[in-house]
Amino acid sequence: MDNCATVIPIVPDRSAAPRWDQLVQADHVHGSLYTDPAIFQAELAAIWFRTWVYVGHESEVPNPNDYVMKSIGPEPVIMTRAKDGSIHLLHNRCPHRGNRVCVTDKGNARSFTCPYHGWTFANDGALKGYPFPSGYEDADRSKLGLGKVARVQSYRGFVFGSMAEEGPTLEEHLGAAMKAIDAVCETSPEGEVQVTAGFLKHKVRSNWKFLVENETDGYHPSFVHASIFEVAQSGIGTLYSSESTAVSRDFGNGHTENDLRPEFRKRDVPMSWFGTTAEKLPEYTQKMNAAYGEEKARRIMIDGTPHIMIFPNLFIAEIQIFVIQPIAVNETVQHVTALQFKGAPDLNRRMRQQTMGSVGPAGFLLADDAEMYERTQLGVQSQNPEWLYLGRGRHRERRDENGFRIGDATDETPSRGIWRHYRALMEAA
Amino acid sequence: MAMTPEQRATLEDVTQFIYREARLQDEHAYDAWEALWTDDGVYWVPANGEGGDPEQEMSILYDNRSRIALRIRQFHTGKRFSQTPRSGLRRVVSNIEVIGDDGKEVRVCSNAIVFESHVRGDTIWASRNEYTLRREGEGFRMARKKVVLVNNGTALWSMAFLI
Repeated sequence: MDNCATVIPIVPDRSAAPRWDQLVQADHVHGSLYTDPAIFQAELAAIWFRTWVYVGHESEVPNPNDYVMKSIGPEPVIMTRAKDGSIHLLHNRCPHRGNRVCVTDKGNARSFTCPYHGWTFANDGALKGYPFPSGYEDADRSKLGLGKVARVQSYRGFVFGSMAEEGPTLEEHLGAAMKAIDAVCETSPEGEVQVTAGFLKHKVRSNWKFLVENETDGYHPSFVHASIFEVAQSGIGTLYSSESTAVSRDFGNGHTENDLRPEFRKRDVPMSWFGTTAEKLPEYTQKMNAAYGEEKARRIMIDGTPHIMIFPNLFIAEIQIFVIQPIAVNETVQHVTALQFKGAPDLNRRMRQQTMGSVGPAGFLLADDAEMYERTQLGVQSQNPEWLYLGRGRHRERRDENGFRIGDATDETPSRGIWRHYRALMEAA
Repeated sequence: MAMTPEQRATLEDVTQFIYREARLQDEHAYDAWEALWTDDGVYWVPANGEGGDPEQEMSILYDNRSRIALRIRQFHTGKRFSQTPRSGLRRVVSNIEVIGDDGKEVRVCSNAIVFESHVRGDTIWASRNEYTLRREGEGFRMARKKVVLVNNGTALWSMAFLI
């Protein structure tokens, strides 16, 4: 298909199910995908309440009976660690009258008591009891616990939940993204990531998919972030230029990345991925050498951590994690925190400082990304043209040695991969 | 407890200083605002309540003096899109109280309500502000400003203007 071919205009038919093959094409997507409330509801069912969604990190509930409020899409979920150390994801809804059983962000509790009629639940969700039990003659107490997310599994501390009883395993869903999580953990001298610095919560008036696409869009940084590249010597700008040897990649399953390692390997300077040098982090460097041996430690410290969007909601951005939470068709919250590497206090301090500067509602970078999300959301409400064009780099898309589609640093290979997976999920629903 | 004439004079002076700071912020007078800071100034907007230890926990803003300067330079590029066009801003500052004065530095608290008009829509921000103002010559400079937003535990819209 010619890149500039006219695509078929779509007359919305509210009575019929959306035709995903018409809305999502090889290098065009229809604007209504970002604005139609019915499509948003369909996505909740087919994506957010069916596939694996990142919920939280085990280090957020380090002790028995710890809990933290999380979410899957707009749904609140309580992530608990039971007395036996197991992790549970509970719906925050009393099975009696629907009241919230938990209203604090985090804490330590062996049980949750609904304030309305005093029903009490263990932190694995089981009903422990209700007042005046003689009022219930033949109630099946085993069926009156808190709702539980059907499948809960963690990979190297990253906890995912799926509300569907059956479907692909977490390993099948993550696929090549597992190696990226391994690489993140390996940047710690103790092989572990911690999520302990607290979250910034940044709300935007935009559809969630604009955020997902933007996370691995290597085309925008030169423009959207020109203001900070101009005044701070960050070294990020050149990674995303037409001269860059970095690549964009589609891992399948909706997972995408900007692989910056070719540029870092060319520089051949440990810690240049973080804009610093090994000399400035002597404690970290020494621990890395001790943990992995000098050769491997050097390779890890040159390559740095990945820039990967794990569909649909976990973005690992070198030094931060973002968790994308859709609220409504035109409202999304990004939860973001600095990654902390176990055993690396000197590096962690810098990661917190850089994260605070760059992201969140006032961040040097993210406030401007947010502005773009909101303006694209306003833009797609215009009727003409109906479509968005994602053809950049299609002619030079190629396969890497593992068979994954790759493009140049600024190409739209990731967006096309996201939409290919999206269409498959929506059609399967 | 009645204030001494000296305390009244200090309250009047710090009130004028805080009003002036508010006006410079409302009018995006970045350079004049930056000049209010001491060389060791710290500008802190905690997330998630009072903010605990900013050296351990994420804050919305935790700028030292050089990062404040970077923020101003970013505005001046004309490419800070979250402030292009600039937010329309007006703030009301009230409840100004001197809570400490050692002769060199005055600690002051105030409440602030900020009305912001942005491309996205209108937003009202509310905060408790804490200042450490250092006496310099005839006037003051800001050594510390902490802005505790009432809703900082919830998800916030972008806030790229100076709060």
